[in-house]
Amino acid sequence: MSKRTFILILTFFAAAQAQAFCGFYVAKGNAKLFNHASQVVIVRDQDKTVMTMANDFQGSVRDFAVVIPVPTKIERGQIHVAEKALIDHLDSYSSPRLVEYFDPDPCAPPPAPMYMKNAVSEAITVSASAPARARSLGVTIEAKYTVGEYDILILSATQSSGLVTWLVENGYTMPKGAANVLGSYIRQNMHFFVAKVNMGEQARLGFNYLRPLQVAYESPKFMLPIRLGTVNADGAQELFVYVVTTNGRVETTNYRTVKLPSDVDVPLFVRKDFAPFYKALFAQQVKHEDMSAVFLEYAWNMSWCDPCASEPLSPEELKKLGVFWLDAGGNVFLTRLHVRYDREHFPEDLVFQQTGDQGQFQARYVLHNPAKPGNCDAAAVYRRELRKRQEHEAKNVAELTGWDLDEMRRKMHLNVAVVTPPEKKWWEKIW
Amino acid sequence: MKRFDPRLYQIGALTLLLLYGIFALGFDITLTRAVLLVGTAIATQAICAKMKGVAFDPRSATISGLSLSLLLRSESLMLLLAGAVIAVASKFVFRIRGKHIFNPTNIAIVALMLMSKHVWVSPGQWGNVAFFGFLIACIGGLVVNRAARSDVTYAFIVAWSALVIGRSLWVGEPLTIPFHRLESGALLLFTFFMISDPKTTPDSRAGRILFAAIVAFGGWYINYRLFRTNGILWSLAAAAILVPIIDALLPAARYQWSRAARGLATPPTKQPSNLATA
Repeated sequence: MSKRTFILILTFFAAAQAQAFCGFYVAKGNAKLFNHASQVVIVRDQDKTVMTMANDFQGSVRDFAVVIPVPTKIERGQIHVAEKALIDHLDSYSSPRLVEYFDPDPCAPPPAPMYMKNAVSEAITVSASAPARARSLGVTIEAKYTVGEYDILILSATQSSGLVTWLVENGYTMPKGAANVLGSYIRQNMHFFVAKVNMGEQARLGFNYLRPLQVAYESPKFMLPIRLGTVNADGAQELFVYVVTTNGRVETTNYRTVKLPSDVDVPLFVRKDFAPFYKALFAQQVKHEDMSAVFLEYAWNMSWCDPCASEPLSPEELKKLGVFWLDAGGNVFLTRLHVRYDREHFPEDLVFQQTGDQGQFQARYVLHNPAKPGNCDAAAVYRRELRKRQEHEAKNVAELTGWDLDEMRRKMHLNVAVVTPPEKKWWEKIW
Repeated sequence: MKRFDPRLYQIGALTLLLLYGIFALGFDITLTRAVLLVGTAIATQAICAKMKGVAFDPRSATISGLSLSLLLRSESLMLLLAGAVIAVASKFVFRIRGKHIFNPTNIAIVALMLMSKHVWVSPGQWGNVAFFGFLIACIGGLVVNRAARSDVTYAFIVAWSALVIGRSLWVGEPLTIPFHRLESGALLLFTFFMISDPKTTPDSRAGRILFAAIVAFGGWYINYRLFRTNGILWSLAAAAILVPIIDALLPAARYQWSRAARGLATPPTKQPSNLATA
């Protein structure tokens, strides 16, 4: 059997915790693959949880396999395959956004009210984007079946060494150190399932990419396991967690949850550089918080949005993501968390709690398009104020992203002295 | 030599922590709301003191208001202010043998969390910055030493650490995990400023150590067996009910702020409670 590359995804585990996911890529042979961004959707009410997991696996699907820890015993029927488009939609709906305003012409009385053009809505997708032998090893194959393009094996193990031996004998490459983490999960009564791609089914279904896996379970553990993902990761991992609840915003209880800077005026060039702007901004905030915080990027009741970065999810889409209380009514509150983590700064799995905070939050950056006034007294004042505002915008973007301030000024053409007549005295404006 | 009332140290320390939280850590509370919370707590104290016909002393109420500002979170100002009223009023309502039962801040938080889904406590709001941990521990240490009840704090931290580290060793987690959990600012705040309250802990040293161990075990059970958050807050409220029983089994002299303030030893015989120092 060929060796399979394998991603360990962690899911729920102990201590008032919800498990974060996403694992690590392990290269086939010795080659190293890097984990880029993982996305997890957690839909939760009471203790009922539906988790949808997607990753941007880059290798050959033939080499793909994943081990997912879950906090409870899983039966056939609790595992499902979702459409990638669902997560993409959720991502674009909740992503940081640009909002654009147009200055009124200072020479055109009466001043027109400011209006807002609907958001540029750059949906930044931070690209992210043999039973007997088993028994002798303390590994029980509880069930084996095919869901969509995946072959699923539900395992229960009593010892990590047995589980690791079984995985290795069955063609999975295990990263060094994974056995210890698996062992601690087994001690906490976690269960596991393995998913690998059934090439025949995949060809029959016609997908040329990996669809997200979904798992439904009921457990008080509100957590996401991230420890396996840091076992031998080279560098930091990127994770987006979208949590859908009923009562309000979700936050981590064992790490600080920090709001991403928002409602900041930024220069016009950010419109075309929004992706690098957002990435630099996020990197700068991670640095500022010493890589020890989880960032809140969006928190909103999904019944409305203003501005909407993309169309809200339809009831059908929400149901497919696992929002099981939709027919009974009840709020649908979305929290988007973004975390960059490594083993040093995030030693333990992410544990969540739902708060009663229904306040709206979005990571929002504001563009102001200057007016092009003619010649009037108000125009001179406007130009002076505009210059001040643009300087302020340059400083904002430099501070948020760590980019060089002079470079920002250069991009905004602020180095060219603007010839403006001296400001009139107040009495000169009377007559 | 006249000594300062330990509550003044506590008020100073909690105020500094609150300002740090609001301005440096971006707590979900505004300065205005914090001032209203403290003001409501003091006003409640004044009203209750008048109704009971005892002297008015704003110090303990100020501590309750500051503690609620540090811990209790809600979008609703009314719920926050209700917390301040419950905290202070609980001292006058829930009394056994002249001693109030619940830590005022603790019972207010627990009662509101039971009654409403619009309040919460954010244990992660402090982060795990080691420097800050040291700072809070030092300031808190000063407070408890002045209050002469540091035994309950030390007993709790020993019991809690043993449970958290023991669990990690049992499940085979690296020690970075329990240490990360112990570095929590919320835990330190609880340890040095809440469980240490000399008015609601047992009178005897043996009783206090037993009490600390019970609170630690209860909190640990809630966090790591039931997998719910804020275990220590729930546990302290539940364990408070046991204090009269512990006092009956292990009797000792009652603590009085006024004596600590004067730097006097606690008298050897039981004193009738003085509501003015509640």
